[in-house]
Amino acid sequence: MATFETHFNTFNWDDTLASINAKTKADVEVALASNKRNLEDFKALISPAAKPFLEQMAQMSRELTKKRFGNTIQMYAPLYLSNECQNICTYCGFSLTNKIPRRTLTDSEILKEVKFLKNKGFDHVLLVTGEANNTVGVNYLNNAIKLVKPHFSNISIEVQPLEQNDYELLIENGLYAVLVYQETYHKNEYKKHHPKGKKSNFEYRLDTPDRLGKAGIHKIGLGALFGLEDWRADSFFTALHLKYLQKQYWKTKYSISFPRLRPHSGGLEPKVEMTDADLVQLICAYRLLDEDLELSMSTRESETFRDHIVQLGITSISSESKTNPGGYAVEPQSLEQFEISDERSTEAFTKMLKNQGLEVVWKDWQHFN
Amino acid sequence: MNDKLQIADKIFSSRLFTGTGKFSSSALMKSALLASESELITVALKRVDVQDKDDDILLHLNHSRINLLPNTSGVRNAKEAVFAAELSREALETNWVKLEIHPDPRYLLPDPIETLKAAEALVKKGFVVMPYIHADPVLCKRLEEVGVQCVMPLGAPIGSNKGLKTQDFLEIIIEQSNVPVIVDAGIGAPSHAAHAMEIGADAVLVNTAIAVSQNPVAMAQAFKMAVQAGRMAYQAKLAPVKKQAEASSPLTSFLN
Repeated sequence: MATFETHFNTFNWDDTLASINAKTKADVEVALASNKRNLEDFKALISPAAKPFLEQMAQMSRELTKKRFGNTIQMYAPLYLSNECQNICTYCGFSLTNKIPRRTLTDSEILKEVKFLKNKGFDHVLLVTGEANNTVGVNYLNNAIKLVKPHFSNISIEVQPLEQNDYELLIENGLYAVLVYQETYHKNEYKKHHPKGKKSNFEYRLDTPDRLGKAGIHKIGLGALFGLEDWRADSFFTALHLKYLQKQYWKTKYSISFPRLRPHSGGLEPKVEMTDADLVQLICAYRLLDEDLELSMSTRESETFRDHIVQLGITSISSESKTNPGGYAVEPQSLEQFEISDERSTEAFTKMLKNQGLEVVWKDWQHFN
Repeated sequence: MNDKLQIADKIFSSRLFTGTGKFSSSALMKSALLASESELITVALKRVDVQDKDDDILLHLNHSRINLLPNTSGVRNAKEAVFAAELSREALETNWVKLEIHPDPRYLLPDPIETLKAAEALVKKGFVVMPYIHADPVLCKRLEEVGVQCVMPLGAPIGSNKGLKTQDFLEIIIEQSNVPVIVDAGIGAPSHAAHAMEIGADAVLVNTAIAVSQNPVAMAQAFKMAVQAGRMAYQAKLAPVKKQAEASSPLTSFLN
């Protein structure tokens, strides 16, 4: 059976980028006026030519989001289980060569973190690990899912890519969604940023959503790490991936996330900067492409940005996140994977949402099997 | 006028059924639902914690006029739907269930095959089954044969607010049905609701159009009135639509 890789290989990065940059005002107007938008419309909407239409895009995005999702926003919390990792990734705090204390949470430590998150109100959880197959392989993940299942209605993971049968096992035990970001769809740049470890295999990662679809997962989260390469081209390929998957695995839901490297943040400097206006443009373009798509935002972004973006298309969001294993309750002082920007408490954050007329949704899933 | 609607053992004065999704707060949801005078209100099992006595949504729906109609949104097949219905019967103490099986998470279009299977199983288990389906007249008859107490064909994709895109098929369903026909999904304006009632629907179910409006309470009242108006018009029999003007001096009058 064919996978995305076959489809992807019929495209060329430079030509794609050139065609995005060649989009005109007229192309943008056609895209905005359309009822059903396609990937050419998406290109126009993310192109420089669409910048003067940003306010109109924001208004339309807001309206479409309200129609589909109502006046609501879904809350979730990441729960870091381990920072052990055999990969070298140039942008990541958990990279193999970083001299940091490594830790993998035990069952009792996981439950301490769970208790903290439950007290905050969270009912959707995202389990995160690095890639270290001896310590945090499928068995560890399976155990962690079974352990947290009685406490959360909805369990997602963001871990190393797995085999189809591994996913099937985890789904059977309560896994709902898997987030697997390609980081960049530029193959050569990908190799530069992932020189060592299993993650250096571009194609294996690229075809992970296919394995997930075949395993019958409920939701797949896609994304690119903005800053590694041109955000417009990377977003086109993410959308291409999305459209391929939607046709192929039609029972699966999809979400998009928007991690970006920030300049002067102490981490890897972005090669191509993505401004706040660029990110707003992209979020609105996704909403105009697909009114039912889940769009997700982490605490990497600033308070001000998050306060505004919740009205413009974002449908699920985290708060008060800790990106270090044990960061909530076990060992709050340990080193984080990346610096979070919005450090407000969940209470303060959800109050802000309510003041904006948004119903905070904690639970929106249940396993009926 | 004594024009009540009966489904299974319940009698309804209001022919407007509503839902609980997409409101900006539970308090606003309650105000709007009370303003609608709706007596049957659907709630997604996946959105509530049925084990929690203090669940925010359920607390706000605790009212003498409101009958809860749990729905199975989120299930992908008949097996999961039956499981969900049994869970809700136990926890919410109602044998009524709005059967929704939409394996497609984008347009939330109902799976006719799994719905028929689940309906048959649930009827046997003693449920009052209200299936959400395409406006498919044959499927409606098949569901009637397995014992559902009503059918809920869609007017347009759910949440689309597009009105009665399926009108021709709804008319066939209404003509043929021995159980109440409730138009569910796609009704985006009070005029759409009135339209559905005028063509003979027994009731309509409206959620998005009320919840997402700028003023959900006022919109709920508008829907209430539209449903009443449409029902009255249906009972009064609409004057036929004429394709051409009727001449005041007809050409054939010399024959009289």
